[in-house]
Amino acid sequence: MPPAKAESSPTAVASKPATPAAVSPKPNAKPARVTAEQMASKQREISVAEFFTKNRHLLGFDNPRKALLTTVKEAVDNSLDACEEAGILPTVRVKIEVIPGRDGTTPPPAQADRFRVTVTDNGPGIVKDQLGKVFAKLLYGSKFHRLRQSRGQQGIGISAAGMYGQLTTGKPVRVISRTSPSRPAYSLAIQINTQKNEPMILDEQKLEDWPHPQGTQVSIELEGRFQRGRASVEEYLELSSIANPHVEFIYEPPDGPTVNFRRGVGELPRAPKEIMPHPYGIELGMMLKMLQDTKSRWLSGFLSTEFSRVSQRLAEEVCAAAKLKHDMRPRDVVGADGERLYAALQNAKVMAPPTDCLSPIGEDSILAGLYKQIRGEFYTAVTRTPSVYRGNPFVIEVGIAFGSDPAAKKKETPVEEEPLAEGEESHEDGSQEQGRVIRYANRVPLLYQQSACCTFQAVVETDWKNYGLAQSRGALPQGPLVVFVHMASAWVPFTSESKEAIADYDEIRKEIKLALQEAGRRLGTYIRKREHAKTEWKRRNIFALYIEEVAEACGRLKKGKISVERLKKQLQKIAEDRTGGEETDRILRKKREEEERREHVIVVTPEGAEGAVPTMLAAPTAGGGDAAAPATEAAAAEPENSGHQAELIPGALKPLPKSAKAAGPAKAPTKKGGKGTKGGSTPSLFGDDEPPKRKGKK
Amino acid sequence: MTTPIRRKARSSKDVEELLISLADNVIDAARDGADPVLKIPVRALSNVEFSKKTRVIELGGNKTERTFFNLGTAKKFMQTVLVGDALSVLQREGLSRSLREIYYRTKHTIADSNENTFDGQEESDPIIEDLEVTLECLREELHVRAEAAGTLVGPMTIVDDGDTIDCARLGKGGYAVPSIVEPEEIRIKRCTADFVLLIEKGTQWNALNEDKFWKRWNCVLLTGNGQPPRGVRRLARRLHDEYKLPVYVLVDNDPWGYYIYSVVKQGSINLAFESMRMAIPDAKFIGLSSRDPQNHGLPRNVGIKLNDKDIARAKEIKNYQWFQKKEWQTEIDLMLRSGLKYELDALANKDFRYLTTDYLPKKLKDKDWLD
Repeated sequence: MPPAKAESSPTAVASKPATPAAVSPKPNAKPARVTAEQMASKQREISVAEFFTKNRHLLGFDNPRKALLTTVKEAVDNSLDACEEAGILPTVRVKIEVIPGRDGTTPPPAQADRFRVTVTDNGPGIVKDQLGKVFAKLLYGSKFHRLRQSRGQQGIGISAAGMYGQLTTGKPVRVISRTSPSRPAYSLAIQINTQKNEPMILDEQKLEDWPHPQGTQVSIELEGRFQRGRASVEEYLELSSIANPHVEFIYEPPDGPTVNFRRGVGELPRAPKEIMPHPYGIELGMMLKMLQDTKSRWLSGFLSTEFSRVSQRLAEEVCAAAKLKHDMRPRDVVGADGERLYAALQNAKVMAPPTDCLSPIGEDSILAGLYKQIRGEFYTAVTRTPSVYRGNPFVIEVGIAFGSDPAAKKKETPVEEEPLAEGEESHEDGSQEQGRVIRYANRVPLLYQQSACCTFQAVVETDWKNYGLAQSRGALPQGPLVVFVHMASAWVPFTSESKEAIADYDEIRKEIKLALQEAGRRLGTYIRKREHAKTEWKRRNIFALYIEEVAEACGRLKKGKISVERLKKQLQKIAEDRTGGEETDRILRKKREEEERREHVIVVTPEGAEGAVPTMLAAPTAGGGDAAAPATEAAAAEPENSGHQAELIPGALKPLPKSAKAAGPAKAPTKKGGKGTKGGSTPSLFGDDEPPKRKGKK
Repeated sequence: MTTPIRRKARSSKDVEELLISLADNVIDAARDGADPVLKIPVRALSNVEFSKKTRVIELGGNKTERTFFNLGTAKKFMQTVLVGDALSVLQREGLSRSLREIYYRTKHTIADSNENTFDGQEESDPIIEDLEVTLECLREELHVRAEAAGTLVGPMTIVDDGDTIDCARLGKGGYAVPSIVEPEEIRIKRCTADFVLLIEKGTQWNALNEDKFWKRWNCVLLTGNGQPPRGVRRLARRLHDEYKLPVYVLVDNDPWGYYIYSVVKQGSINLAFESMRMAIPDAKFIGLSSRDPQNHGLPRNVGIKLNDKDIARAKEIKNYQWFQKKEWQTEIDLMLRSGLKYELDALANKDFRYLTTDYLPKKLKDKDWLD
């Protein structure tokens, strides 16, 4: 069934030009006109594959750089969806290699134009007979026909990536899959017949020694461009790791050490339920098609079984309103009857759709994700209750990571900087930089078209000045800030097929803003509290600085006839008496009282992290980088482990001597894993790639 | 006539003692565990009084407290002590320096921070004025110079730094009036002029000099290029005091011109403490008056519409105690009613030499001025 549906629309496209039937041939018309018959001979079906060959930009293959990213993205999305559906905690390994040129030399990654992307997961595997269709047939899959929240929606992604590779390099997709440790793995080279949208198996091998007990590995060779920084593969994985803290990503870039994005929570997200479409969310054509396809015999039965929230009684009411008999055959409802039925359905009072089809990330997991990947001093997360747009239920989630890493700050000695010249401004706390929005739809990071995205608009429209941040009109708030926005829905309304921006529905934007406001209020409370303690401290500090100046000047005025040191001491004593002394010190050391702790908030101080620190990450890690790195390295070297990540985790996070408890994992990236692993790879959210060189200073 | 209000000049030693008292103030307070405080006379309209007796603006008794252990004033307090220190060096070493140099001398990064003692000269200049009023020292007594911004020409001879200068033989450029013109520095050896004409704009001064107006009318032409600096005002005052010369002020017909005149005549609000030696209560406002466009047949189209700021300023000036004379109220009302202001340059609309050959001669002959 699925493919049939898929082909129907291009056929419709093809049939269009047939209309200019009568082209009256003028007697002496020089340019040879074509007869309808001749035209008909040229009209043929366009295969989906052909269509997409010519419209690759629709799927995110506009340019080589994006193509590389999209390929990784589609493969990873597939892996994650499969693992989660099978109830397996995913470990996904992404490897990008440079393909040597024709002369046999391997160009440096930044200049290379051919790459092999290999994505390996520990998922359920795919049965051999399906492999071809999954990887080399467009619009084939299990997701399109279900209304359920999942990363992929149409089943285009991975086969489109394979086709792109095939188009640019002529190489087939290489897939290895194993469905259980007791069965062999199969390795297939698959090509797409772009004409027929059918897979062609070029080569098939049975692998007895595939090192993974279970899982799938797909390798695609393609023309691409490898870059770091914004919208890079690394950024994509890092952002994915924030929204999917239950996943472990291992990334082998072509130009550097392996990066491990470790797991932050040990539980899979709740599996979303499948739902029937809601009457308000369906279009006429779709309903007509459902009428034809249904197995129900009565119209009312059709309505009540194939739509959510339509009871038998309501179904009968709808039939009556449409002036149709409730027991007529659904198949017979065509033409004007269909339109009346549709109108009646839209006018009926139907309850909002059920929301158990949604699987939000959850506040704790968002916190875990932000906390493990972004170094800051304050974190919070908000998950809204479900809401509905056009009959589609959705949930908005928002997170905030704010501040610079206290551990890094502590190390800085705040002097060496050169004095400022007239007209120069100081950059306190990095407050000059703009905040950043990271956007997600169904846990998938959105990397392009930020300003076209509803989430971005909502962030800009929120008045962050209320929460203690600077913000210019129509711009993002300023400061060391990352705003996380996630929309979970069975049907996310993207602005285009390449799924880069969420369309602007009032209901959605409103929900995002409400969530941002809630998170913003928490941030505001934190900032105010911090500012308060800071001004007190600053005050004493200022006096201390000025005392120095004043006392020295007095000494000079008195031509050295007084004791400057004694004067300083006397003045310092006065300063202390007048600025709260001990009290300030107490606030400064941020000895927070119990009641100040809040749920869904993490606050990091130089002494450590407080609040809803995820248990997996809370364990003292003695420079997490060092501890985690060897473990994952080991996993990398002996891939058979990766199927049993449940055992891997405790290994990776084995509590070590309490020596360096400090800011938990937030500290990890400052110590680069001695084994060449950038533990956790935190910093690229603020800077570009390198670990924090941020100079937060006053 | 004018009552020359002189006070005894302070010697260099006196000034240094006063500066050292700043340090004593801090030391004493620190010893007593008290917050060091400086009492600084308020330099604002609220704290000036127009004295009917002396006919100048005098500083009132209001003082603001600048304390050290107060976030709002701590930095200023520190800055005041630093400037005091720098000024004492000038006294000890017998130097005089510009405002800007004092700013640079006292600017540095405060130890263990990246904060500067001063971020710009606009921070240090007011501190120097604060010290002038607080210590009751004149700027020249503090050995601080402003930029020379005045020019003079006329039948007089000056001895400046040992050089004898005949101010009648200085071509088109004239004599640049220094910022300190006290008798110790500038001696007026001879002056045969009949009056002093103080002109707002350098361009008009140039025109009058080129036309040799001062020769024909035997006067001293003086300009301060806008609001006249202290040197120019002080020199005019000296000519007025020592040679009994009347002083006439020629400014644009706008509120800012009125204020220039009033500063020359009664002293400024900001430097009210200097009025007694700067102001010339007998100075006359010769033009441009709001009546002049009509009297001299200036067409309306050479006027300029008063903007909101002009109107606000005119109303403000109208309320000053020293503008309460009936003729001044009429003058300002006339400007407000017409809604126009006129530049001196607009007289060129009649003729290039109109100012020299018609306007001023007529004014002087008719004694057509405001007091």
